[in-house]
Amino acid sequence: MSETPVDPDEVRHVADLARIDLKEDEVDRFAVQFSEVLSYFDALDDVPEVDAEAELVNVMRDDEVHEGLTQTEALQNAPESEDGYFKGPNVS
Amino acid sequence: MSGDAFITETTIDGAADGPLADRTVAVKDNISTEGVRTTCGSEMLADYVPPYDATVVERLKGAGATLVGKTNMDEFGMGTTTETSAFGPTTNPVDESRVPGGSSGGSAAAVAAGEADAALGSDTGGSVRCPAAFCGVVGIKPTYGLVSRYGLVAYANSLEQIGPLAPTVEEAAEVLEVIAGPDERDATTREAGADANYASAADGDVDGLSIGVPTELIEGADERVVETFEDALADLEAQGAETHEVALPSVETAVQAYYVIAISEASSNLARFDGVRYGPGADVEGNWNESFARVREEGFGDEVKRRVLLGTYALSAGYHDKYYAKAQDARAWLKRDFDEALAEADVLASPTMPVLPFELGENLDDPLRMYLADANTVPVNLANLPAISVPAGRADGLPVGLQLIGPAFGERAIIRAASAVEG
Repeated sequence: MSETPVDPDEVRHVADLARIDLKEDEVDRFAVQFSEVLSYFDALDDVPEVDAEAELVNVMRDDEVHEGLTQTEALQNAPESEDGYFKGPNVS
Repeated sequence: MSGDAFITETTIDGAADGPLADRTVAVKDNISTEGVRTTCGSEMLADYVPPYDATVVERLKGAGATLVGKTNMDEFGMGTTTETSAFGPTTNPVDESRVPGGSSGGSAAAVAAGEADAALGSDTGGSVRCPAAFCGVVGIKPTYGLVSRYGLVAYANSLEQIGPLAPTVEEAAEVLEVIAGPDERDATTREAGADANYASAADGDVDGLSIGVPTELIEGADERVVETFEDALADLEAQGAETHEVALPSVETAVQAYYVIAISEASSNLARFDGVRYGPGADVEGNWNESFARVREEGFGDEVKRRVLLGTYALSAGYHDKYYAKAQDARAWLKRDFDEALAEADVLASPTMPVLPFELGENLDDPLRMYLADANTVPVNLANLPAISVPAGRADGLPVGLQLIGPAFGERAIIRAASAVEG
């Protein structure tokens, strides 16, 4: 079994960080599955350090104005909008 | 048409003429189509209608293709069986008690059942090659940067590429030719390979071709799969190819590295689904955080929640170095191994999937067993290389796929070798 046990409180904490409500049975089920998956990830401890030579180049383009979405198009999938703006829940 | 390969059936005519003028093409439902809903197999996007086309869709239309529908998929591309779709599973046309593979299972099933001449899928850790192998069709995962991801709903950006599925290598290559090439709207696309004539490489000529066989990708595979694979290799040798064993010790940790990177990127990418700009509105009292959390509880399925939460965990304070940083080391190690193996061979060959197609429901509650099925495909995504899955024969009546891996932008080499497997 797992070398990295995950308790239900940890699952609740992560769910809170990720902004996903969970039902109690999901919390219990995920706690067991996370222990198994995370202990499987422990194999990464044995990976040697390798020099990665990233061949990175900047990709630039001219800063030109292009046609974009209209306001109506941008709002068309929003469940709620008002006066041409997205309408969301209160922030506090 | 019979039904479970598609989430939405439609008919969108392309240009009057072009290389795909007489072809029907199905498109995976995580690739944006203007005016046609694009669900990603999720309740979260059940009613989402993009106001624009993905670049690959624009190119298909420009080449004359007729789009016939949006295909079923594992929710947000997360799965190996197309059973995690919010719209129900797709069945395998070869054997309807079995899964078509995932996550582009609808695309593979549509092609295998003759409901489309070709299809687009997306491959993050094998999601084009796995269903191609399970359904007995051809699937190509292009080199990272060959095909634009603009308009693909992102799951794990550093790994995923859009790729074609078709009944034959030549037909898949024809679609690749249309969609490949740089795009100013996707800064990760490259000039390399843009004007290559991929279909003409499907000439079946493997005389003198050097094929490396990574021993690690054979060990642990189902005996029936290995036997079919070895018969196909022997056939290539009879056509003048030379095979030799190569070592890829780093693949031992590829699945772990793949999942850590994929779930970490997913936890970030899927933060955009908050039910404000699109998605179901939250009909709840409470502040933004509470509303956000409620929408995501209702809108995401099990596998998506599992990966977003595990990804959040892997990136959280105290765990970043243990998981994410080590996974990046594993990725660099793997790239080096592949470079060395491909210095001694033109292409590498392995079974695409180490197993035969699963029965429906067989593995749904066992994420770890499911993740291990991806052992032969994920190393390719981690190394940003091209690979193709081509039917190698059948075992117990079920399709077995042979995977050919090439150097970066070496699509012509894998297409040529794969066409010889067909012959």
